[in-house]
Formats: sequence, structure tokens, C-alpha cells
Amino acid sequence: MCPPNDDLGTHKGRPYEFIMKTYILKRLLLIVPMIIGISFIMFIIMHLAPGDPASMRYGLNPDISDSARARFNDMYELDKPVLYQYVSWMKRFVRLDFGNSFIDDKPVMAKIFSRLPATLFLQGLSLIVILCIAIPIGVIAAVKRNKPFDKITTVLVFIGYAMPSFWLALLAIYFFGFKLGWFPISGMDSWYTEYLDPFFRIKDLLWHTVLPVMATAFTGVAALSRYTRSSMIEVLNENYILTARAKGLSERRVVIVHAMKNALLPLITVMGLTLPALVSGSFIFETIFSWPGMGRLGYEAILNYDYPVVMGVGVISTFLTLFGIFIADIMYAVVDPRIRYGKRG
Amino acid sequence: MYYIAVASFLFLFEVSVLPENAVNTSGDAYVSAGIAEARILIPFLSTDSASSSICSLIYNGLIKVDKDLNVAGDLAKAWEISEDGLVITVYLKKGVKWHDGHSFSAEDVEFTFETILDPGNGCPYISGYTDISDINIIDPNTVQFIYSRPYAPALLRLSMGIIPKHIFKSAKDIKNSLYAREPIGTGPYIFKKWESSRYILLEANQEYFEHVPGLKYYVHRITPDKTVQFLELVSGGIDSMELNPYQYIYRSITKEFTSQVQKYKFLDHSYVYLGYNLQDPLFKDKRVRQAIGYAINRKEIISSVLLGLGEICTGPFLKGTPYYDETVPGYGYDTKKARHLLHEAGWRDNDADGVLEKDGQEFRFRIVTNQGNQVREDAAQIIQSQLSELGIKVEIQVIAWAAFLDQFINKKKFQAVMLGWTLPVDPDCYSVWHSESIDNGGLNFISYANSEVDALIEDGRSEFDVINRAEIYKKIHRIIAEESPYTFLFFPYAMPAVQKRIKGIKPAPAGISYNFIDWYVPEDEVRYKF
Repeated sequence: MCPPNDDLGTHKGRPYEFIMKTYILKRLLLIVPMIIGISFIMFIIMHLAPGDPASMRYGLNPDISDSARARFNDMYELDKPVLYQYVSWMKRFVRLDFGNSFIDDKPVMAKIFSRLPATLFLQGLSLIVILCIAIPIGVIAAVKRNKPFDKITTVLVFIGYAMPSFWLALLAIYFFGFKLGWFPISGMDSWYTEYLDPFFRIKDLLWHTVLPVMATAFTGVAALSRYTRSSMIEVLNENYILTARAKGLSERRVVIVHAMKNALLPLITVMGLTLPALVSGSFIFETIFSWPGMGRLGYEAILNYDYPVVMGVGVISTFLTLFGIFIADIMYAVVDPRIRYGKRG
Repeated sequence: MYYIAVASFLFLFEVSVLPENAVNTSGDAYVSAGIAEARILIPFLSTDSASSSICSLIYNGLIKVDKDLNVAGDLAKAWEISEDGLVITVYLKKGVKWHDGHSFSAEDVEFTFETILDPGNGCPYISGYTDISDINIIDPNTVQFIYSRPYAPALLRLSMGIIPKHIFKSAKDIKNSLYAREPIGTGPYIFKKWESSRYILLEANQEYFEHVPGLKYYVHRITPDKTVQFLELVSGGIDSMELNPYQYIYRSITKEFTSQVQKYKFLDHSYVYLGYNLQDPLFKDKRVRQAIGYAINRKEIISSVLLGLGEICTGPFLKGTPYYDETVPGYGYDTKKARHLLHEAGWRDNDADGVLEKDGQEFRFRIVTNQGNQVREDAAQIIQSQLSELGIKVEIQVIAWAAFLDQFINKKKFQAVMLGWTLPVDPDCYSVWHSESIDNGGLNFISYANSEVDALIEDGRSEFDVINRAEIYKKIHRIIAEESPYTFLFFPYAMPAVQKRIKGIKPAPAGISYNFIDWYVPEDEVRYKF
């Protein structure tokens, strides 16, 4: 999907900044044909699926006249050939116009932007929670390898990883929301926040956030802590750690300054790949927690054959995935001297 | 020349405007649960149930359906139908105000129906109004509809919500106008706030012409997951939801539930059937269809699939209305009769392999149904096992709704379908049973054609008298039941559950929500106070 980092080394004799700039430019330009290709495939697959938006909307309703279906198809040019439709979609897309939703005629961009904050908020918080919990667990487990802490966390992490996340979310709702009544069962805020003071509004929002963040962070913690652990173990076996220890540095300094800095480098890739998830959200959690985010928007659009919204959400996710990979690669070069200097001619 | 159909609500109306008659206004809120978001709050453009139910609180039609499913006045004080059925004159209630303070008048009525009839506005219900040839304003409180032919369902079509002319007259595109999402109506509730995919908040209309609604706030809250919805109901986060049979029987016996929530049940306005493609050679013979009717044990289906929460259906009208003929015997479970009919039709098990044959063909067919409806899937499986006892091999195919419509229904490429119909209050069934509806976008996808039924359907459409209409539709019921193009299975119950603190609920044939504005919460039980 992206050219290997070796590219950096091919421009012999050029200054580093210049190489970096052309590389960045090349990578950015590559995103354009990629988006065109992926959007084309998405468009075709969507239209190949049996069924059509008009029958989803008006199917088997005796009160609705046939002319309504014809008019609907006519209005959105749904009776035209697929290629024609793709071209007219593309023409609007280059002007950043994603069209209007078939469901409620609202502009796709407006729909996306009304859902985006909720998803960013939930996924962002859960990412912070994941990082704060997973990294210490992983590091400690690596340092105390095969000790009780490592063994216990390994078992817990595998349980966490193997558990279906939606089931976990339902359990959390059942115990903490329903049985104990500590947290609200679902929703992002109460409908009556309108009538509350700003302070209570924020409290209400945070209160509603606890369970969804817990549930979405759980699998993330499991995965990332394993990742940190293995990366850390690898680094701890390196010769420079041996050197550091031989110099007589404290174990604390060896682990935190010498080992952790290097062990966490691969996390940049992981973070780069979470960028799209940060924005596209999770359909399952958003449904269970009645969270008004992007995951539900995309899913509902697919169920209703709402082509403009499906394309809008799809293209934005594609772009962010490509952009995330791109940022991760650049960050690598920026933070890792081995990549930056090692490959210079 | 005219006969006057002034209903008894006239008296009720006169009484209810008196302030002493106002019901308890508790100030509490009612939080309803929906799985999907409303789409557009313009009555004649909304096709989803969330939008329609919210529209019904914000807008009024000229006519409404009362608790016994009779026609009653809403914005109309009275109406007259000319003897030839071509003129309906509607007298409007006086002093009705829009939520923004403007007075409601006949101009709004004229504007609404002219907007519906303008094809440019894309009203999906337009075909129900195309017989209106003219709308005349007699005076600010009287409006006259002229029809090009007598059309009995026309009266109930006047229940469509009336929109304000002063708001929409300058709107170029109604569906994209601001007021399609921040509506102004005449109804008992005033639009307050719409938080996309979270909730819609309405506030009681303190000037409502009937009386001030008992509950001050109405909230439509989105909870897409049904399991979570149930937990919200029991813990009090929402005030009502629709239960499924399993929840009704097994999940609602806990103390947590019974101490707080009241459940109700009444016949849902829908039925489930097994429909045969009459163009398929297998089902051309009436005796075969009747045999299947006798071979299916509906009682078993109702007791195992619906846990007893349904009633046997024998025909295509709503049970409990004058149009449903209770005397139609239907097809009781009788395998002997079924075997006899199949034998008569030439189906025999000559090679004793347990499957019937005729002309070297085995009796096998496939039932198609849509995904996501557990009741239909389960019922199809029971039918499969019941028919196998007679030597009929049934396959079941469950397929997603869009593909189901596209590949089977619209192309008429199926042998049998398991489906249901929602029954409107008006019994007109042209689009489902008339032979003209086999094509032309009609819903007679099983290709049922019977000239006698066609003629009766046409008569029923032009007859305004309820007693005469009842005779017509009962006859249709008898013919269709005898010919068995569908095997009618059951009417399921609707099973809403509502928090006990909400009082004033009186279940009736129309359900429970017909008197929503009379619901209230006693002062000491109010949950939401601001």
C-alpha cells in the first residue's frame, strides 16, 4: 500500500530535508488515486447488492403510490447506469459535496459532522484510558517476566481478548447500570439537560460516559498490553540494555529511559492505525449504549441503502486510514534515528 | 339533498373547552422509546413510524379515528357528504391556533391538500388524493372537497395532518425547509428540540383546543438495542416500550417489573399469512391450497411462536371491525380433510417414500420470508414440520428485506411467502386483492384474480354507508377465505408496557394511545420536576 522506507535512501547526495519533502509529497499524492480506486470499488459493490433504496423506503406499503418510487429514483438518478452515477458522484465529490441522504434529505456532510463529536469524544477518551492502563501493564509484565504479576495479567488479558465485546458491554450495563444503578444504562446525556445548570450538564455527560469508555477500552487494553510486553521483552534482550546495566545505572533508569523509549516506538504504527477507528466509531458499542456516533450512522446507512451516506462515511474512513499510515511512517522517520540517519547515503 | 353526519363529539367538544373540565396537568414527562430516528416532521412526507407518531402529536387532521375505530372529528367540527358521494363539506372548529399564535383557517386546509396534490412535492401518498378535483373555501371555517368519483376511503384520508400555510407558502422545497425539522402545528404538543439520534423533545401546548395535555413533556428517545430498552424500562429511564411475547410472558414477572410497569395487550392491526404464487402450477388447484390450510395447526403456531399472544385469522380484514366476518369458519386443523383434498387433487404417495407425487413430480415447495422477523421464521418451521406429516416437503429460505423484495416479490419469482400486512382502519383492499394490482406497481404479487372480488372491491370504494360497506367486505372475506390464495394464520397481539405512575390509560380496539392527552401522573408520583 505504501512504498518501503528504503525510498529515503535512493536520493544520494541530496540534502535530507529535500529527500524528506519529496517523499512526503509523493506519499500525499499517492493518496489521491488510492481514494479514487477504493471509492470506485465501494460504489460498485454497493450497487451490486440486491435491492434498491426505493423499495427499502416504500416497499410493500399499500398506501404509497408507484409514482412515488419512480419519482424517488428519478430525483436521485437511480435509474441511470451505475457508471454514470459514479461519475456524477465523483463530480460532486471533487467539490467536497457528498450529496444529501436518501433517508431525511439532510446533507451528508452535515450528518457526519453532527455525529463526529460523539464518536471522537468516546473513542478519544477510551484511547487515553487504553494507553494509561495498557502500557504500564505491558512494561511491568515484561520486566517481571514469568513472575506472578506477569502470569496473572497474561491470563486476564487473554480472557479479556477472547470475550465478545458486545457481551461484555451488556454485562457491564446489567451490573453497573441496572442492578447496582451506579451509572446510566444508555445514552450520551439525559434529555432534560436542557433544564439543568451547566455544571450538572457536564456531570451528566461524564456519568453517561463511564460505562461506554470502560467497555470500548477493555479489548484495547488487552491487545495493547500484550503488544507492549513483547516489544519490551525484545528490547530488554538488546546489547545496549546490557551496556546500560553494566554502566551501573539503576534498574529504574534502565527500564524507563533506555528500554521503554525504544520499546514504545512500534506503538506509533498502532496509533496511526487507530486514527480511522477514532473517527468511524464502533457500530456495536454505539448501538448498545445508544451512543449517537458515526458507527451507527454508517451502519444505518448501509441497512437503508442510503448510498450518499455510505459513500461519505466510506471515503472519510478510507482517507483517514491512508492518512494514518502516512503519519505513522513519517513519525517513524522523525523519532527513530536509526531510520533517519542509518539510511543516508 | 345532503344527509348530515354530525357525530356526537360535537357535544364533547362543547363541554371540554370549559376550564373546569381540564384533566390533571401533572407536569411530568413521558419518555417513549424508539429504535430509529424520525426522518421528517411533515405529515404527508413521513413514511416511517417514528416520524408519523411524532407528527400525530404536533399536527391535527380534519378527521381522526376514535377509540372504537370510528370516524370522529379532529379539526373538523362536523362534515356532510353529498348523496352522490362527490362532495364532502367540512365545518372547521373555531378559535384553533397554530403553535406560533396564528389562527387556523380553511386556507390552511386548502393549502395542505394542494401541496399534497402537486407532484413536485413528492408526497408518497398522492394516489389517495388524486380523485379530488377541486377544493373550495366556502368561508374561513368551511371547506368543500369535490371528487371526480365517489371514493369512500376519502373521508379517512382527510385525517392527514394539516400544515400551516403562512409558514410554508413561500417555501420552495418543503422537505428541505427548516420547518420540516422544527415543525409548527395545531396539535397537543409543541416542538421544542431535536438532538440528532438522541431524542426529540416536545412540550405540552397550553392552548390546545381540546384541553391541556396531562403530561407536560413528551420525549422520543432513541435506544436502538431492544435488550437495553427493556433494562431502561424496568429501571425507569423510559416510560414505555413494545414488548415481545417472550418479554411479556417470562421477563415481566419479576418484582422489579410488576411493581413499576403495567403491561397491556390488544389485537395488533396486522395479520400474518402464508401466500401462494398462483401462477405456480403447484398452487393453481384450489384444493391443494385448502388442504394446506387444513394441515396447518394454527393453535400450535400461536401457542409456541407467540406464546399464546395472538388470535386465529381467517381473512384479510381487521378482527373486531364490522368488515371482518366472524362467521367464516376458516380452516380448522384437520389432517383427514387435508389428505382427502390432496388425494382428490391427484397427489398420492405411490412409491411410499413419504413424499406425495403427481405425474412423476414430488410435492416440494419453498417458503421465502424476510430476515429479522423471528415470529415468521419460527412459524415457517412449524408449518414445515406439520406439512411433512402429510408428505409435503417444504424448504425455508430466509433472506434480507431488500433482496427479498428485489428478487422474489417484485419479480414474482417465489412459490410461497410468509409475510404480514398491517391493516389500515379503512377496509379498502384494492392494492392487495384487485386484479388490476397484479401489475402496475400493485401489491397483488400472488396474482390473485377473481372478477367477483374485483367488482365488490370497486363497490366498496364507492359506498359510504358503513352498514352497506360491511356487507360488501364480509362477502369479500368469505370468497377469499374459501379460495384460499393465502392461508391466513394469525393476528398477533400488540403488547405495550407503560410505567405505572402514568394513569388514565384505557385500552380500546384502537389501542392505548388514542387518549394520550388524558394521561397524567398523580402529584406525589411525579418523576421529572424542573
